[in-house]
Amino acid sequence: MRVLAAVSGGVDSAVALARAVDAGHDVVAVHLALNSDRAATREGSRGCCTLSDAHDARRAADVVGVPFYVWNVAGDFRERVIDDFVSEYEAGRTPNPCIRCNEHIKFAAVLDKATALGFDAVVTGHYAQLHQSATGPILRRSVDNAKDQSYVLAVLGNDRLRKCMFPVGDTDKTEIRAEAKERGLTVAAKPDSHDICFIPDGDTAGFLARRLGEQPGPIIDEASGAQIGEHSGTYGFTIGQRKGIAVDQPAPSGRPRYVLGIEPVSRTVVVGERERLAVSTIRADQPVWPGNPPAPGQEVLVQVRAHAEPVPARVETADRFAFELDVLGELFALAPGQSCVLYDAERVIGQGTVTP
Amino acid sequence: MVYLDHAASTTIRPVAVQAWTDAAMLTGNPSSSHAAGRKGRRLVEDARESIAANLGVKPDTIFFTSGGTEADNAAVLGTVNARRREDPRRDVVIVSPIEHKAVLEPIEGLVASGMTIEKLRVDRSGRVQVAHLKELLTQYRGRIALVAVMWANNEVGAVQPIEEIVSLCRPARVPVHSDAVQAVGSPGLSLALPNTAAMSAHKLGGPKGVGILIHQNRYPMDPFIRGGGQENGIRGGTLDVPCIVGMAAAIKEVFAEPEATDAKYRQLRNSLVAGVQDSVPDAVVNSDADAGLPGLAHISFPGCEGDALMLLLDSAGVEVSVGSACSSGATKTSHVLQAMGIDEEAAGGSLRFSVGWSNTQEDVDVLLRVLPEAVARARQAYVRTPVEGS
Repeated sequence: MRVLAAVSGGVDSAVALARAVDAGHDVVAVHLALNSDRAATREGSRGCCTLSDAHDARRAADVVGVPFYVWNVAGDFRERVIDDFVSEYEAGRTPNPCIRCNEHIKFAAVLDKATALGFDAVVTGHYAQLHQSATGPILRRSVDNAKDQSYVLAVLGNDRLRKCMFPVGDTDKTEIRAEAKERGLTVAAKPDSHDICFIPDGDTAGFLARRLGEQPGPIIDEASGAQIGEHSGTYGFTIGQRKGIAVDQPAPSGRPRYVLGIEPVSRTVVVGERERLAVSTIRADQPVWPGNPPAPGQEVLVQVRAHAEPVPARVETADRFAFELDVLGELFALAPGQSCVLYDAERVIGQGTVTP
Repeated sequence: MVYLDHAASTTIRPVAVQAWTDAAMLTGNPSSSHAAGRKGRRLVEDARESIAANLGVKPDTIFFTSGGTEADNAAVLGTVNARRREDPRRDVVIVSPIEHKAVLEPIEGLVASGMTIEKLRVDRSGRVQVAHLKELLTQYRGRIALVAVMWANNEVGAVQPIEEIVSLCRPARVPVHSDAVQAVGSPGLSLALPNTAAMSAHKLGGPKGVGILIHQNRYPMDPFIRGGGQENGIRGGTLDVPCIVGMAAAIKEVFAEPEATDAKYRQLRNSLVAGVQDSVPDAVVNSDADAGLPGLAHISFPGCEGDALMLLLDSAGVEVSVGSACSSGATKTSHVLQAMGIDEEAAGGSLRFSVGWSNTQEDVDVLLRVLPEAVARARQAYVRTPVEGS
């Protein structure tokens, strides 16, 4: 097959690239230039957006011995990922920019362009297992559950997954590092990426404040209904957040307060005790179903944020437009805008966006 | 592989490899007085005289550098510094907007020290408008530190009216620098005309990492690299004997029959352009067949991205160049096309094809066989993506 490998400059995509070549594919490597302001992108920690990442990606392609190109997708990235991130926060929701990037950039713009250029598939270093079965693609958690990224890939859907390859999903991260070293890939010891690549200093609230300006409003205690503090913008908060809430007085119980709700129009942040964050029902729309939607009554596992523990839930309704779940296990803090992924054991069976 | 990117770097000539390897075995520093040093110095000075004879300049105007970029930086900054020290009122530099970044960036950097930079207008074919230079020479009389115009442009191959420019600047007592990196080798170049000129060995089939600054000393120039006193104190650093003799051997071969080479390049280039126009009728040729470099064709393909075309041609075994690349490798809008008034998005992706001494008609034929499919595919893949800085 003719395969286009998206190489970030990190260790995972470098090994994925090498494995695609070993598998006998005709491979071309592409690095996506995501940010037009390279000086502002984070050095070192992230592994996808800096000048040194572009260098590392090129070096990996050279060591593996395949052609290498840089595709400038900064305009799309700004529009579909960064601007979306800001406007979602402004609307009181909690977006995941990595999912947006996978959905609109890596597996959309890039996959479409690759297909048009005559490539059969796109290979990346994501940790997930993908099997192309006779009835369609089957996406499962990676062998290394701690690194699993099926949560951020579930949004892709069958049409795109049919043209994807995730060659590192069947291996532990530690083994991937060892393999990179053995293959002479200098990125073997590069740190993992954790933060949002377009927020150079890791200060999300500060980034949003610069983009949106001060939008002060009250902090309300849910139990008493009283205003107990002020904030400079609802976008600085996410549901379930505990730190960074400036209140005048401690709770009478002496227990910490959490953000329970965000009301962007009245600029109100509601805080209260953790128990009040317990989630019993999840509603989501814009579902992606790899097969048929699950039947009402079916028990599934549900995950609502990257690297969160999945919890059991029962399907109430599920169709082409939306689904609703009864949460059977313990789940705290759910914010509109979060991605909700349904699993049958390790297998992804659906995805949707949480609604109020 | 078919290599059609000789303007980036051409194939090294066997005579240059031989001269380089012979000299690489020598012990000693050419600045030393003992026998080993004398042997190296002899080779360096032989090379200088041979190069001078080929280029039509005096040996003592030749200064060896690490390449074209260093020679450009040295000429621009060394001249501006010396001229300002002589007369602080000289605070203007006039430059063409289509220069290589090796000239443009050091000049643009002078803004920070209070200099005024004036960019010359160019016409649609990329040729500097001499009338504009005339105006500026009058407007800034007594204030001009330097005029810099390249001999031939590296992206579209436009050859500049250097003789005319020098004849305008000379009575105004203004030094001219000309980046001749792409032009050297073409017949009839008078490299002694401008006060300074830059060239590079690997564009002629010599080794990489060596070049020449030609300085006529009609106007003074400050040293660029200090320490050691080599090259009359203009450029310190131990001389790279193998590279210098390799360069001399390549230049000698280039100048053995410049007319025949010129004719061969023109013939290959014209056949390439005619073939492209045949198979892709809406392709737009931006390079000038008569007034441009003989071996270079710059062509826009409407409805294509340049880097998609390059990827496809590379996969098909043909190596060409696309636009200019930034440090991350992503293609940026070309400042040369911008200055020429060409809207790159409308014009489509552009490729630079450049033939060299090692090419044959068969190479051009291979390109013409694979190009139509590459263009068709690139058109399918075309999406309007912003191409601003990255």
